Amino acid sequence: MGVSIAFWILAVLAVSAALAVISVRNIFRAALSLTVLFGAVAALFFTLSADFLAVTQLLIYAGAIAILILFAIVVTPNFQFANRSNKLWFPTLVASALILAAILVGIFRTAWRTVKPVDLPTTDAFATALFDQRLGFVLPFEIASVLLLAAVIGAIVLAREK
Amino acid sequence: MVGLNHYLALSAVLFALGLYGALSKRSAVVVLMSVEVMLNAANVALVAFSRYVAPPLGSVMAQQGAFSGQVFALFVITVAAAETAVGLAIIIYLYRVKETVDVTEVDLMKG
Repeated sequence: MGVSIAFWILAVLAVSAALAVISVRNIFRAALSLTVLFGAVAALFFTLSADFLAVTQLLIYAGAIAILILFAIVVTPNFQFANRSNKLWFPTLVASALILAAILVGIFRTAWRTVKPVDLPTTDAFATALFDQRLGFVLPFEIASVLLLAAVIGAIVLAREK
Repeated sequence: MVGLNHYLALSAVLFALGLYGALSKRSAVVVLMSVEVMLNAANVALVAFSRYVAPPLGSVMAQQGAFSGQVFALFVITVAAAETAVGLAIIIYLYRVKETVDVTEVDLMKG
């Protein structure tokens, strides 16, 4: 029951924050709304018993990525055309609405093989799924570290002063 | 009682809002922010599937247990962090070259 109430509050918060990101005129405020959305999604992960992911979401998204975006807004002062739309906004709106309708039809017409969820701390089982010797994701994990290294070097090379 | 369909519907709404923003906005920073909204929507769906849906019996997923969805979400977060770092570096470089971050004015490759 408590989880249901939390879900509805967080759903309203997340959707209104996403609406604010695409409709608020000031880009800086849009970025702050995005941070609210990241926090709401982290809380949604808690309601799904995904403890580790919720904390990761707070650290990476609400911490690092939000600060990076605010930093990019500050160093590219472009408030004169703050959050304006391009000429194709109406076809885009129609296309997005159609895609939303298609996804919703797909969701509600599919008979999902649902199981009764268990309310346990899942970090232990999550680590087993990630690092299991035979069926884990150890190689993708190592490749992700190489990807992050390449991204860091690429970002420095692109953004440094000539 | 809130179940799988509620989370998936929320995820679909967030995804559509992010899609609209990514395709219709002029500021490159807002486009990047909308892409982050879409990635978050996908993560909500992945974690909801990992909690509520049983993998098909006999598949590799069934042997891995029900946590593959959470593992995928973790990798999505990792790749999103890399994508944001590189994307914002490109935006800063663009601002230095063109004095704007308006994606409709960046047409250097237009024939």
